[in-house]
Amino acid sequence: MISPSQVEVDRDKGNFHYETDYSFDAGVGLSEDVIRYISEVKNEDPWVLDFRLKAYETFLKKPMPTHWATEDLKNIDFDIIRYYLAKGQQPSRTWDEVPDDVKNTFERLGIPEQERKFLAGVEAQFDSEAAYSRMKEDLEKEGVIFVGSTEGLKEHPEIFRKWFGKVIPTSDNKFSALNSAVFSGGSFIYIPPGVKLAQPLQAYFRINAENFGQFERTLIIADEGSEVMYMEGCTAPKFETSTLHSAVVELVALKGAKIQYVTVQNWSNNVFNLVTKRALAQEEAEVRWIDCNIGSRLTMKYPGVILRGRKARGEVVSIALANDGQHQDTGAKMVHAADETTSNVVSKSISIGEGRSSYRGLVQMPGHLKGCKNNTECDALLINSNSQTDTYPAITVQGDANSVQHEASVSKVSAEQIFYMQQRGLGEAEAMSLCVNGFVNDLIREFPMEYSVELKRLIDLEMEGSVG
Amino acid sequence: MNSLKIANLQASIEDKSILHGLTLEIPKGEVHAIMGPNGSGKSTLAKVLSGHPDYEVTGGSADLDGENLLGLEPDEISKLGLFLAFQYPMEVPGVSIANFIRAARNSRLDEGEKVKAVDFYKELYEHMDELGMDRKFTSRSLNDGFSGGEKKRCEILQMSMLNPKYCILDETDSGLDIDALRIVSDGVNRMRNPDRGILVITHYQRLLEYIIPDFVHVMVEGKIVRTGGKELALELEERGYDWIKQEAVA
Ligand SMILES: Nc1ncnc2c1ncn2[C@@H]1O[C@H](COP(=O)(O)OP(=O)(O)OP(=O)(O)O)[C@@H](O)[C@H]1O
Ligand SMILES: [Mg+2]
Repeated sequence: MISPSQVEVDRDKGNFHYETDYSFDAGVGLSEDVIRYISEVKNEDPWVLDFRLKAYETFLKKPMPTHWATEDLKNIDFDIIRYYLAKGQQPSRTWDEVPDDVKNTFERLGIPEQERKFLAGVEAQFDSEAAYSRMKEDLEKEGVIFVGSTEGLKEHPEIFRKWFGKVIPTSDNKFSALNSAVFSGGSFIYIPPGVKLAQPLQAYFRINAENFGQFERTLIIADEGSEVMYMEGCTAPKFETSTLHSAVVELVALKGAKIQYVTVQNWSNNVFNLVTKRALAQEEAEVRWIDCNIGSRLTMKYPGVILRGRKARGEVVSIALANDGQHQDTGAKMVHAADETTSNVVSKSISIGEGRSSYRGLVQMPGHLKGCKNNTECDALLINSNSQTDTYPAITVQGDANSVQHEASVSKVSAEQIFYMQQRGLGEAEAMSLCVNGFVNDLIREFPMEYSVELKRLIDLEMEGSVG
Repeated sequence: MNSLKIANLQASIEDKSILHGLTLEIPKGEVHAIMGPNGSGKSTLAKVLSGHPDYEVTGGSADLDGENLLGLEPDEISKLGLFLAFQYPMEVPGVSIANFIRAARNSRLDEGEKVKAVDFYKELYEHMDELGMDRKFTSRSLNDGFSGGEKKRCEILQMSMLNPKYCILDETDSGLDIDALRIVSDGVNRMRNPDRGILVITHYQRLLEYIIPDFVHVMVEGKIVRTGGKELALELEERGYDWIKQEAVA
């Protein structure tokens, strides 16, 4: 366990950049050639290239979802993005083998240290590919697989191909199609039946290059009765131009399995973060998305669970913090597809200054099902009057053998409250932090201890940044 | 030097002038009371001294032990040693009393230093006992859903814990029941000492029977128009403010 004093976090922690030579560079802009290039560099099987090319077609056909989402999406210029950058080596199994510039990056981000302290396995992705990937040996012996997407599809097709692109079809949305066309990196994980991981697996996604797009692809399969916690962190340096991060994450929890997926996102303010995350939960399986979104220019992310088996449970716990110039458009999707399935959504958003948060929720409960329950709670905290928050809940329930509860609240931290706290000696930022921490405290407890400390620090730093 | 010294203070809010050249000095060791009609600017004075951002100071000075208060941030003023017990304490959901007072205490220490939890709670419980506050209050959100009287006690609790050099109590007596009035007054009296100056704003002579002031000032339309001993409060209670207003005009 890390004690608070040992953890050094910074809202600006990721704001550095090393000059790096890339052996493989797909150049600027997107075309079929770029996709063939990526597939060739990765030495992929023909079916994968096929999958990519079809996805590219879908991507071109799909419109930008600006009819419901923000117009800011139009500012993404797909023609100036670099879609693949790699040093062209296999992920190392020891940090010593990782090239210095990359190793220094992850050391500054504290990854090797976290690995020593509390992780069962780590994958560290630098731009398009993982630079480091290792898991504790005993887990390997138990049959746990923890590799990158390229290796997963190549070495273990019998396990991964079955579910790849099945939870989130290519055509789900424009960005899932884009990811399917150019994906690289991410984690492919398989937990054999009955294996329960005592420690989390972690992936860290680092964007280093300017004008770059990161498109990792993650697929986690927890076989019957197994348990796993996966944590992801991410940072990028602050560039003048925008950066695109567009991941696809698919989770499959087979009968009685448990998956917890924890995200602590700390993007710089130039990142468009457009991520599709969805899980499939079979009978009596349980999936929890625990999500904290700090930073980025625009985040659009609505983790979902398809409750396919009887008594499956799905949960989304999310914190979003939108500061000046940021828009956090987040939410949750719960698709009930079997009897006695339950889902729980707790979302708390904080908007500061000109920051904007939106909550979009979707709950589907067809009428022929019985004994299903959903509980949705979304609370917004506004700091300074010009902050904006909106909620768009969409609940489709049919039949009366099910129950749905929805609660929403908006509260404000007023200038008078801040003045009152300042009168006792607290600085403006500290007063705001205290209010924000008070607001999200119950959710922060849901994060693993190691991350909750970091989270609180991040919130403090974000508040400091918001007062001039 | 050893006083809270206000000279010819003028202040306005949203272009409306409220304080029109107010002069008042509270030396350490003394208790002063201000009485005055509703809207005369008593709370305004307290907030201006505390650095409230909505008020514009248009003239005069305010010094705490020789240090200029005007233009400082509210937290800087607090750390110089000025405490304001608010007429209407704010509710702060999600922030517990204990955490809040602890943060306030920590803000007075050097960067990186923190009060020891054990010592802190010991002291906090002592003060709560004295004020007749249930210990369960420590984990409740600051003023959130408190009754009027509970809020006022909580102000005095904070005041006792922060050890200020000068205290301004803005109508701390209003909303208190008879027993609470005595308990809160005792709390204030315990803080009375040669190193501390206290300014009590009140409408009721009764409070001044518990907290016996050295001086009573009458404020009308943003100015101190009369100063006397504690008997002035009795006279006001009997005669109201009209005679003073008339004298002030004359
Ligand atoms: N935002 C504002 N805009 C305009 N006038 C204001 C504003 N805030 C306060 N005032 C006015 O300032 C004057 C002084 O108010 P203040 O609260 O200082 O009075 P007070 O002496 O404390 O009264 P009370 O005894 O009722 O507590 C009042 O007339 C009030 O209406
Ligand atoms: Mg008043």
